[in-house]
Amino acid sequence: MSRASRAMLMGLFAVTATAAVTDDVRAEDYQARSWAASCAACHGTNGQGGHQVPGLAGRSKIDLYTALREFKTDQRKTATIMHQHAKGYSDSQLERIAEYFSRLNR
Amino acid sequence: MHMTRREFVRLVGASVAGAAVLNGCAGHTGGRTVGRVVVIGGGFGGATAAKYLKLWAPELDVSLVEPNENFVSCPFSNRVLGGNLSIEELTRGYARLQSERGVRVYRDLAVAVDVRSRQVRLSRGEVLDFDRLVVAPGVDFIYEDLPGLKGADARRRILHSWKAGAETLALRKQLEAMRDGGVYALCIPRAPYRCPPGPYERACQVAFYFKQHKPRSKVLILDANEDVQSKKGLFSAAWSGMYKGLVEYRPNSELLDVDAKTLTAKLQFEDVKADVLNVVPPNRAADIARQAGLVTTNDRWCAVDWRTMESTAMPGIHVLGDATLAAPAMPKSGHMANQHGKLAADAIIASLTGRAVNQEPIISNTCYSWVSDQEVVHVASVHAFDPKQNTLVPVKGAGGLSPAISTLEGAFAMGWMASILDDALE
Repeated sequence: MSRASRAMLMGLFAVTATAAVTDDVRAEDYQARSWAASCAACHGTNGQGGHQVPGLAGRSKIDLYTALREFKTDQRKTATIMHQHAKGYSDSQLERIAEYFSRLNR
Repeated sequence: MHMTRREFVRLVGASVAGAAVLNGCAGHTGGRTVGRVVVIGGGFGGATAAKYLKLWAPELDVSLVEPNENFVSCPFSNRVLGGNLSIEELTRGYARLQSERGVRVYRDLAVAVDVRSRQVRLSRGEVLDFDRLVVAPGVDFIYEDLPGLKGADARRRILHSWKAGAETLALRKQLEAMRDGGVYALCIPRAPYRCPPGPYERACQVAFYFKQHKPRSKVLILDANEDVQSKKGLFSAAWSGMYKGLVEYRPNSELLDVDAKTLTAKLQFEDVKADVLNVVPPNRAADIARQAGLVTTNDRWCAVDWRTMESTAMPGIHVLGDATLAAPAMPKSGHMANQHGKLAADAIIASLTGRAVNQEPIISNTCYSWVSDQEVVHVASVHAFDPKQNTLVPVKGAGGLSPAISTLEGAFAMGWMASILDDALE
């Protein structure tokens, strides 16, 4: 097969694959979804709630964002670990993560 | 259902005419699923990748290849040695991944990857076709430099117990059979190895058991490294506090060989005889990673693009977990592997749907170590992609340690275990 025809076939394959898969999310902020997936290890898949820690899905964006900001700025004295995680994100990243969880069904 | 190669070629051919029309349409072409992903390895990384691929793109055809019937968590398995947990509490099946998520689970060992024909061969002869491959094989051990551990008998007498399961229980039996006043010696390889704090946690758990049942005994840590590799202050506090007189730590004590008959660890300047000798040999990416040509570094580890987890050696193949050449200050942990699985799932779906890959991934690590039956210490970190360094780097100012040994955090640790098992396997 010539290089050109191989490249064409690869291109066609890419188009086929594009056609074949859809993401199962509505109007999604995929980047926020990826960041939020990190939280799921403790807070449950899709933020549905973990063991010993609260669920995040379906809570108001402002509540979530406020909590994350308070963890980040050491205003929540009860934190054992969230103050260390929250410092890893910019405020706008935290806001988009809060927004993402707020849109999920509880 | 897996397509035959001919069907696959025909499908690609058939799509030539319809490509423009199909672009952007729903997930099936003539009733066939096109995106086929095979995941090798059902640990924290592989199981999570398989689950999240189906969670985020249910149309994908996802197969998970794993030889073990059940997953047994390495995290917290040291508690079994201390008598503080049963192995059943760390064991989960793959049934729900199949029934709830639609992952096709093959209970078999992947023995060969053919990158050119995009196929994985299983030990019983079955061949799986893939469009994307995820390899999450964990670690195997480098025995070549320890001739005394060549034979099967030697490896039964001197266990690693660095893969949770039968060896965990066997080591517990050895500890139970040991006389009071005996020496348990643990040999730690040079970093990097799976679970940096794991050996020191193990020393604590064995010391906990000795303190209750065999108080004249001793835990001797022979560390090839120059210092404790993780949570140093917290572990040292336990050894000089609640385990005073029970634990001795010796740095720069690289194991050169063993005598399995006499349970002797041969170091550079001395031989150390133990009653229970526990050797964690140096680690490397597991065999299938080598066979597939994914090992890039020091004949041990697989370098990846941290935005996609894609191998730098083999485009289209994603490597997860302990087998990767770790990014700076990134531990080889189950929690990290769980995070790798999600990065890979998102990147694979993005590439199959023509969406841009996330250029700023951020992942985190939480790691609890059990100091006693109730008390833990943690280390946490957040890792963000730095385009200048082209890798994930720990975010400055984020992460940290427990301020002290904590019972409150022990309760959270048990919650973490249950939650991450759900996140990976349910």
